Amino acid sequence: MSAIAGGPAETYLSHESTIASWLLTRDHKRIALLFFASITAFFFVGGAAATLIRLNLVEPSGQLLGADLYNRMFTMHGIVMVWFFLIPSIPTTLGNFLIPLMIGARDLAFPRLNLASWYVFNISGMIALYFIIAGGVDTGWTFYTPYSTLFSNSHVIAAALAVFVNGFSSIMTALNFVVTIHRLRAPGMTWFRLPLFVWGIYATSVVMLLATPVLAMTVLLIALEHGFGIGIFDPALGGDPLLFQHMFWFYSHPAVYIMILPAMGVASELIPCFARRPVFGYSGMAYALIAISIIGFFVWGHHMFTAGISVFAGVVFSFMSFIVAVPSAIKVFNWTATLHRGSISFDAPMLYALGFVGLFTMGGLTGLMLATLSIDVHVTDTYFVIAHFHYIMVGGTVSAFFGGLHYWWPKITGRLYPEMWARGAAILTFLGFNVTFFPQFILGYLGMPRRYFSYSPDLQAWNVLSSAGASILAVAYLMPLFYLGWSLLWGERASANPWHATGLEWRTSSPPPERNFALTPLVTQAPYQYNPSDGSYVTQDGIANG
Amino acid sequence: MVSYLIAWAALLLLLGASAGSAYLPLGSFHPLANFGIAAIQAAIVFAVFMRLRHPPAIKWVFAGAGFFWLLFLFGLGVIDYLTRAGMPR
Amino acid sequence: MASLRPEMQYATLDQQTETAQLGMWVFLATEVLFFGALIFGYYIYRISYPDEFVSAGRDAKFLLGSINVAILVTSSLTMVGALECVKRDMIPRAVAALLATAGLGFAFLGVKGYEYVQDYHDHTVPLLSFVLKPDQHAPAELFWAFYYVATGIHAVHLSIGIGAVLFYAWRTRSGRYSSLYYSPIEVLGLYWSFVDTVWLFLFAAIYPLGRAG
Repeated sequence: MSAIAGGPAETYLSHESTIASWLLTRDHKRIALLFFASITAFFFVGGAAATLIRLNLVEPSGQLLGADLYNRMFTMHGIVMVWFFLIPSIPTTLGNFLIPLMIGARDLAFPRLNLASWYVFNISGMIALYFIIAGGVDTGWTFYTPYSTLFSNSHVIAAALAVFVNGFSSIMTALNFVVTIHRLRAPGMTWFRLPLFVWGIYATSVVMLLATPVLAMTVLLIALEHGFGIGIFDPALGGDPLLFQHMFWFYSHPAVYIMILPAMGVASELIPCFARRPVFGYSGMAYALIAISIIGFFVWGHHMFTAGISVFAGVVFSFMSFIVAVPSAIKVFNWTATLHRGSISFDAPMLYALGFVGLFTMGGLTGLMLATLSIDVHVTDTYFVIAHFHYIMVGGTVSAFFGGLHYWWPKITGRLYPEMWARGAAILTFLGFNVTFFPQFILGYLGMPRRYFSYSPDLQAWNVLSSAGASILAVAYLMPLFYLGWSLLWGERASANPWHATGLEWRTSSPPPERNFALTPLVTQAPYQYNPSDGSYVTQDGIANG
Repeated sequence: MVSYLIAWAALLLLLGASAGSAYLPLGSFHPLANFGIAAIQAAIVFAVFMRLRHPPAIKWVFAGAGFFWLLFLFGLGVIDYLTRAGMPR
Repeated sequence: MASLRPEMQYATLDQQTETAQLGMWVFLATEVLFFGALIFGYYIYRISYPDEFVSAGRDAKFLLGSINVAILVTSSLTMVGALECVKRDMIPRAVAALLATAGLGFAFLGVKGYEYVQDYHDHTVPLLSFVLKPDQHAPAELFWAFYYVATGIHAVHLSIGIGAVLFYAWRTRSGRYSSLYYSPIEVLGLYWSFVDTVWLFLFAAIYPLGRAG
C-alpha cells in the first residue's frame, strides 16, 4: 500500500532540500522537526538556569549568585521550562508528526496555521531571550501581584508579552489538532479506534484552547498595570491580588495537565507495544484522559490554600483535588494491568515508559498529600512542593517525551538509534532524577522554603546530594544529543515497522513520503491488537503479522 | 432573508428593553435584567446571524464549550468571594 | 478556478468548507474565555463593591453606548446580507454590503472615540484625568480601569474585523467568490458577529448602571 518496496523512495525529508522548502513548508512532519529544534534550544537555556541554581545551592550561604541573580535564575528557569519547553514539548513535535499519520490523514486541517504557530512560537521565544539578556525578571514564573505590578523593577512587561504571544502558538496548534481529529480521520477510524496518543493530544488541546485565553488576559492585565499603572489588582484601589491568583491558576493548574496528558498518551502507546498485550481497559483509558482534562479545571484553588481564600473555598478545592486523582489512578492501574502476563522486552522506549509510570505515581501520591489542607499548610512553598511537581513535569513528562522520541525516531528519521546507549541513558535518567529530587522531599519536609538563595547549614548534605543528582541527570539528558545525532548519519536504516506495532503510522515507509500514505488507509481494527503468546499482531488496517 | 430582518428588529427591541429597564426601580436585579437580555440577544445572533441553526450540529458543541467552561471560572471563583472575610477595602 | 479544488488534505470541497467553519467556532470558544476572564474580574469587583460600581457607572455615556449597539447589530445584518448576495452571485451588491459593514465598523469606532473624549473631559480616565466624584470611593476607579481595558480590547478586535472585511470586499470584487465557493465570507461573518456579541455583553456591564433613582 505504500512505497516500502523498490529503490530509495522519495521521503518528506528528501523531496526538497532548500532552506526555503523548510522555512515555508506546510508539511506537518517538517514543522514538527522545526518545533523540535526550537524547543531543544530552550530546553538547554532552561537547563543552564537549573544548573546555576543547583550550583548555587551546593553551599548554604548562596554566594555564587547572590539573592538578586538567584531570583532571576529561578524565574527564567520556570518561564522557559514551562512555556518554551514543557507545554509545547510533546504536542508540537510528536503530536504534529504523528496525529495525521495515526488517523490516516495527509496533513493537519490547517497547514498554514501550523507553520504560523511555529513562527509565533519563535517570536515569543525572541521576546523571552530579550528579557533574559536585558537583565531578567525576579517575580518567579507566577508573576504574583502586587510585587510584579507595583514593586518589581525587572523586565516584567517583556516577560508578560513573551507569555502572551506564546499563548497564540499554543492555541493555533491546539485548534489545529481538535479540528483535525474531528474532521480528517480515515474511513473506519471511529473515536474508539483512535490510538490513546490521539486521545491524549485531543484532551490536552481542549485544555490549551479553554485555559490559555484566561492566562492571556491575566498577563495582559499584569503588563498594563506594570506599564501604565491601571490598578486592576492594586489593593490601594480595592483591587484584589487574590483575583490575580484565581485567574492565573485557572490556566496554570490545567497547564500541568497540558504537560502530562500527552505524556500519558505516549506511555499508552509504548507499554502495549513492548508488553505485546492490548492496553488494559481501552475505553476507560480514553474516558480517564477526558475526565482529567475537565476535572483539572476544578482544582486550581489548591495553589492558594495559604494565600487567604476562605476556608470553605479551600475545602471545596481540596475535595476536587482528591477527585482528579481517581482518573489518574485508573491510568496507573491500567498501565500496570497491561504489563500483567505480557511478553515484556526492555528496549529503551519501554525503560523510559516504565520510569514515567513510577515517577508519575510518586508525583501523584505526593500531590494527594499537598491536596490535604492540614499538610499543605506546613509544606506549602517548600521544596516538598518543588519535588512534587518536578516528579510530575520532569519525571513524568520529560521521561515520556524521551521515550516517545526513541520509539518514533526510526519513523521520523528512517534510522535506528544505538540501543545500548539509549538503554544506558534511560536508566541514568531514572537514577539521576531520583537522586536530584527525592532529597528535595526531605528538604521540604524539614522546612526549607523554595525561592531562597541561601539556607540553614544543617541542610547542606541533602542539597549537595540533590546537586550531585542533577549532574547525573544533565549527563543523561545530553547523551541522546550525541548518539541520536550519530544515528542520523551512521545509524542502521529502519524498516517501516521496526517495533512490530499496530498503529497506522507504521503502515507507511520510514521516513514517510510527503503525503504520508500512497492510498488513504481503511481502518477495520481497534488499536493494540498484540498477542503476547507468539508476539503476533494485527495492524489497524487489518493486516495480520507474525 | 426575512429571518435576518426579524432577528435584527428583535435585537433592537431588546436593546430598548435593556436600556428601559435601567430606569425601572429593580434594585439589585438590574444586573440580572441587563445580562439576561444580553444573553438572549447573544443567542439570537448565534442562532441566526452566525447560522448555528444550520448543520452540522457539532458547531453547537464548540459554540457552547466556551460558555460552559466560563461557568467553571465563575462558579468556583465566586465561592471564595461569597465566603471570604473581606476585600482589601 | 484554482480555489474550486480542495486542498490536498481534504477529500471534498464541502469537507474543507465545513472544517473552516469549525475552526472559526473553536477559535471563538477561546475568545469567549478571553473576554470572559475579564468579565469575571468585573463581576467579582461588582459584587464586592456594588455601590461604588453603580456610582461610577452613572458617568458612562449611556446614549453613545446604546447607539453603538444599534450600529453593530445593523452591521451584522449587512454582513449576512453580503453572504446571501455572494450565494446568489450578486457580486456588486455583495461588495456594497461588505463596504457598508466596514463603514458601520468605522462609525462604531468614531462614536467610541467621541465617547473617550467626553470621558476625558469628565475626568474618568485613570492616570490621565481621574477625579473621584464627592460621593465616590477608590474602587470606582476599578470600574473605569475595566472600562478602558474591555472597550480597548474590543476596539482592537473590531479594527481587525474592519481590515479583514475590506480585504475580502476587495477579493469579492475581483471575482474570487461565487455561489460555488463562498466559505471565507461565511467564516469572516462568524468572527464579525461574534465581536458584535461581545459588545452586547460589554454594554450590559458598563452602561445601564445607576440610572434608576
